[in-house]
Amino acid sequence: MESRMDEIKSTLRNTIKEILYPLTAIIVSFIVGGILVYAFGNNPFAAYKALFLGALGDLNKLGETLVTTTTLILTGLSVAFAYRCGLFNIGAEGQYIMGSVAAVWVGWAFQGLPSILHVTITLLAGALAGGIWAGIVGWLKAKVGSHEVINSIMMNYIAMNLSNYLIMTALNEPGKAFSYEVAPTAKLWRFAESFEQFKYSRLHIGIIIAIIIAFIAYYLLNKTITGYEIRAVGFNPSASEYGGINVKRNIVLAMVISGLFSGLAGGIQTAGVQYRVNNLFGLTGYGFDGISVALVANNNPIGVLLSAFLFGVLQKGGPMMQIEGIPKEVVGIIQGIILLFVASNFVRITVQRYKENKEIKSYMKKEEVK
Amino acid sequence: MTKRNISLLLALVMVLSLLAGCSKPAEQTPAEQTPAETPAAEAPKYSFGMVTDVGGIGDKSFNDSAWAGIEKAGKELGVEPKLLQSTKQDDYTPNLGSMAQSVDLTLAVGFLFEDAMKTTADQYGDKKFGVIDTVVDKPNVMSITFKEHEGSFLVGLIAGLTTKTNTVGFVGGMDFPTIHKFEVGYIAGVKSVNPNAKVIVNYTGAFDNPDKGKEVALAQHQQGADVIFHASGSCGIGVIQAADEKGFWAIGVDQDQAKESKNNKVLCSMIKRVDTATYTVIQAYVNNTFKGGAANALELGLKDEGVGYSDGGNNVPADVAAVVEKYKAAINDGSITIPSTREELETFKPVEIK
Repeated sequence: MESRMDEIKSTLRNTIKEILYPLTAIIVSFIVGGILVYAFGNNPFAAYKALFLGALGDLNKLGETLVTTTTLILTGLSVAFAYRCGLFNIGAEGQYIMGSVAAVWVGWAFQGLPSILHVTITLLAGALAGGIWAGIVGWLKAKVGSHEVINSIMMNYIAMNLSNYLIMTALNEPGKAFSYEVAPTAKLWRFAESFEQFKYSRLHIGIIIAIIIAFIAYYLLNKTITGYEIRAVGFNPSASEYGGINVKRNIVLAMVISGLFSGLAGGIQTAGVQYRVNNLFGLTGYGFDGISVALVANNNPIGVLLSAFLFGVLQKGGPMMQIEGIPKEVVGIIQGIILLFVASNFVRITVQRYKENKEIKSYMKKEEVK
Repeated sequence: MTKRNISLLLALVMVLSLLAGCSKPAEQTPAEQTPAETPAAEAPKYSFGMVTDVGGIGDKSFNDSAWAGIEKAGKELGVEPKLLQSTKQDDYTPNLGSMAQSVDLTLAVGFLFEDAMKTTADQYGDKKFGVIDTVVDKPNVMSITFKEHEGSFLVGLIAGLTTKTNTVGFVGGMDFPTIHKFEVGYIAGVKSVNPNAKVIVNYTGAFDNPDKGKEVALAQHQQGADVIFHASGSCGIGVIQAADEKGFWAIGVDQDQAKESKNNKVLCSMIKRVDTATYTVIQAYVNNTFKGGAANALELGLKDEGVGYSDGGNNVPADVAAVVEKYKAAINDGSITIPSTREELETFKPVEIK
């Protein structure tokens, strides 16, 4: 009984530590960011006030923040999942785009279905398109060994141009630079339909789907044989192969699952927020933000939920800062600083160094006494 | 060890108080001043702002020009206009909403804002909105578009008078009605002064691909075109590059593009005064002549100085400019109507003014 309690205590302590390290880093980066804002001649307190009011000021603002968070959770999961298999999926961007195009096609082309069915196949089409797009990269890596970073970056541009081509041809709303709108039956349920408080926000059921997906990803990675194999390949492919794990199969599988998440992000964005796909003048950035989200979350699916929310706050608070006259680049700078501090693990390293010093000193003291 | 901790803590407190000390006075001053000043100011307080697309300020095009008009109005009225630059296309709706919450009149430029503007105008029915270059049919949205065909007609005249091979070119971006206005006006201009000239028309299918623009321009040059007008966004950079390399004339669009050419091969540019448009909306709002809805949408033409041509490279000879001025006068007094669609072009009879 005692040992059980101790075990629980130690896991709890570890979890708190895991959260405390990035949290401290985030607080420190906000302070450093504030100093920078001040150095640029702006009032840091006004800036942060605008940031938080803009992102969390009322339920509508919170709703909009959660809209962005939804997308970031999914692209973050996508990057994190692939990373656990030792793969760096920079292609989340392209998978997201393919997901949104597939979703708009299914959402528009299949009229007259019952809503539940239509929404489901729309989202599935999005996820599937992303999965296939990422699967190509995984397959190339497994089959001919070409690096997934290069391939997935190239696939981003292929996706963007393919999407633009389809939007201007087969899916084109005549005379416009965007696609048809999806049928009403393919639109995700919005909170505004039942809750007056969320009237001005586009918050939709996708946030709940994203949270469920995060728990599924956690379960898949940590509690199943497949997840074990994927992580084993991530730790050491040679050892895994020696241990009887099919490395190639797992690389493709991890890429496909990763792509499913990004594709779903695109599908949810189409069915829940945009209802159509615009002709893109550049990459959307959701996939790249996913890299930051995963990094801050240390590639932990549950951590992704929190870090996606943090980035959602930063992105949705940014406009309010701009209205208050603070340049939009400041938000980017704060994001960069957070990333730098979290990714460099500086809190952990500082704490460790401090402890080591303490140990050495106490040891030396003991020696002196002797 | 405790001593060390305490000293660290003290240092932290000092740093924080330093920050607090720095900012407190700055935060208080505006808060104290505003209530003191408001009763003193007699004129009603205007507030307006703009939401840009992802291109943002510094695009040397629509956003910059729109902002210039807003800043001009701001200076005249003593109002500090607010600016919000979007980072994602999906954010247009919330961004317009945030701006509408803090100002009375929210402006945005470009057809990309169409859907977002509709939604936001419904949500903030008591606020005013202005949209440029597209029409949004809402009672609280004032829409302004341009008679691009009139400006294109003028550069068509210049092209028709300048060509030595009797062949000129047109490079369009995407093949849809907005761009047809440029094409049709241009052809009408060329034919008016040079009925025998041949106009080669091509579309790149994009607005963001300089390589494609260059390819198309070179192909047209090979077919004999020595003056090429483009209405193709940044594809036009490629058109101008081709002109630099092969030594033919290019005609710029939207803004004066003379600076884009290294060898001064931009003959002139057809300009769209987005700054006039934003300024007009603010004027309407200030003078209480603001009218929303599609029926009241304004279309700025030559007369309103909404479109025109500019000659940043000093390449248009005086005699050519004189002819253009004559046509301008005829358009302004209504004796010529410039076609704006391909159907209208078929029935358009070139008018010769001597």
